[in-house]
Amino acid sequence: MMTLKQSRRLQTLLLGTLAWLVALIIFFPIFWMLLTSFKTEIDAFASPPQLFFTPTLENYAEIDQRSDYFHYAWNSVVVSFGSTFLGMLLAVSAAYSMAFFETKRTKNTLLWMLSTKMLPPVGVLVPIYLLFKDFGLLDTRLGLVIIYTLINLPIMVWMMYTYFKEIPKDILEAARLDGASAAQEIYRVLLPICKGGLASTILLSLILSWNEAFWSLNLTASSAAPLTALVASYSSPEGLFWAKLSAVSTLACAPILVFGWVSQKQLVRGLSFGAVK
Amino acid sequence: MAISKTETGVGKVRRPGKSRIGLAMVSPSVVVLLVWMAVPLAMTLYFSLIRYNLLYPGDNEFVGLENFHFFLTDAGFAAGAWNTLVLVLSVLVISVVSGVLIAVLVDTPFFGRGLVRVMLISPFFIMPTVSALVWKNLILHPVSGVLAAIWRFFGAEPIDWFTTYPMEAIIMIVAWQWIPFAVLLLMTAIQSLDQEQKDAARLDGAGPLAIFWYITLPHLARPIAVVVMIETIFLLSIFAEIFTTTGGGPGYETTNLAFLIYSQALLQFDVGMASAGGLIAVVIANIAAFILVRMIGKTLTDKA
Repeated sequence: MMTLKQSRRLQTLLLGTLAWLVALIIFFPIFWMLLTSFKTEIDAFASPPQLFFTPTLENYAEIDQRSDYFHYAWNSVVVSFGSTFLGMLLAVSAAYSMAFFETKRTKNTLLWMLSTKMLPPVGVLVPIYLLFKDFGLLDTRLGLVIIYTLINLPIMVWMMYTYFKEIPKDILEAARLDGASAAQEIYRVLLPICKGGLASTILLSLILSWNEAFWSLNLTASSAAPLTALVASYSSPEGLFWAKLSAVSTLACAPILVFGWVSQKQLVRGLSFGAVK
Repeated sequence: MAISKTETGVGKVRRPGKSRIGLAMVSPSVVVLLVWMAVPLAMTLYFSLIRYNLLYPGDNEFVGLENFHFFLTDAGFAAGAWNTLVLVLSVLVISVVSGVLIAVLVDTPFFGRGLVRVMLISPFFIMPTVSALVWKNLILHPVSGVLAAIWRFFGAEPIDWFTTYPMEAIIMIVAWQWIPFAVLLLMTAIQSLDQEQKDAARLDGAGPLAIFWYITLPHLARPIAVVVMIETIFLLSIFAEIFTTTGGGPGYETTNLAFLIYSQALLQFDVGMASAGGLIAVVIANIAAFILVRMIGKTLTDKA
């Protein structure tokens, strides 16, 4: 007869196995992409698909020859960090004022900000394109920084607002009594308290900017083109070169994926949008 | 400006300046977003009222509501609106249901839980274009895709997903991208669930299902509302996944509104009609926002 302890252990084992199975299935496409990037083009197209093969680095070598990976990667880095920095400047001050100087209009303003994210970007593509052309922003990193700041701002404001809301107002009052200005209040008192919230907002903004593919494809050509554009340039001869496509995709996703893994705990803890008490 | 609750005692000293500080700090965000909304919208409005086809430059006469008429009666519109609805709702249901189940599943400790979590949330970090390409070429391909191999292993005829079940294939790809987001949020939420409450219920003889239904699920109501809100925002304008896989076809079967407007503007060069479509999409987005806010907005902003 099984004791209670044994049955508990069996249950844990079964649930654990199930969890592993689900995780492996969900992760499989990424694993397969990585695997395919080390295949020859012939192996990549083989039917049935091969799990075992002689790995080769020729795809990576050819990408290195054909295009300047670091040029695209650098653009991605500059644009993601630039827009995140600018967005945080705007979002922190907006969220500060919304959380601590709440008025009747605060909630509506917040919801209105979120609603600006609901319109499909294609709807305003032509006007934005023309404006960018007039201001000389086409194919510039500054142009992308501006666009990404704008499209991520609503979410950043909302996230920071939910973190600030949880901070007892007395703490700020105390700082104010000591003669701190609004800027000092934010940088000396507020931000150190919600380091976690700050970190996850920054992380989310970086991830979203890194992966954004609509504006980057339509507003850049070469000099400001980020990694999304590099991937697109390899996908044009439809499906003919899957191994190379996999290699270039791996290169494009690896930085943010590794970054995501490293900061995973932080992201999980902070990404609650005030939903978890 | 209303006097907020903070303005008691100490705050009174600086009251005249305080509301001004608040206004000054929120306004940069409001102003840039207003400009971001208003300028392109005004231009779109203007374009929508004139004839503006890139193939016929110079021929820009005022045509009134003709573009709206054409867009709304275009065969693509009804299909696009319907497909948008199907895509958004299906992905929401799939990601929320599997998100809840997976979050519950990984809540109890087991061997290698950290690694399992990392794998579960990984698709969230992958570019939409890349995930669409990987699914299209490596997973769903009818000849050398992984699913085709599995089908053949069981003696079935492999499915050509993008011609036979195009919408289902798109939903599968998009759901794969968004399940991790639901898992991420709901996992955090479940961790904050009071363990004692569960233990007490267990002592009272409640089974795992009863605990899930009466304790875990109500606890998740709020995070689920957040997941629905955020995902809807992104799902309404799904584009890259359709662009890289089906190109809206076959026919209009996978054309959503975002893709329809794109094909008007950039494939048929009809900026006037695309602008009319853009404005209609804005109206639809606002209706969706209004409904969402009515349904869950209260849960989101009302913090006790």
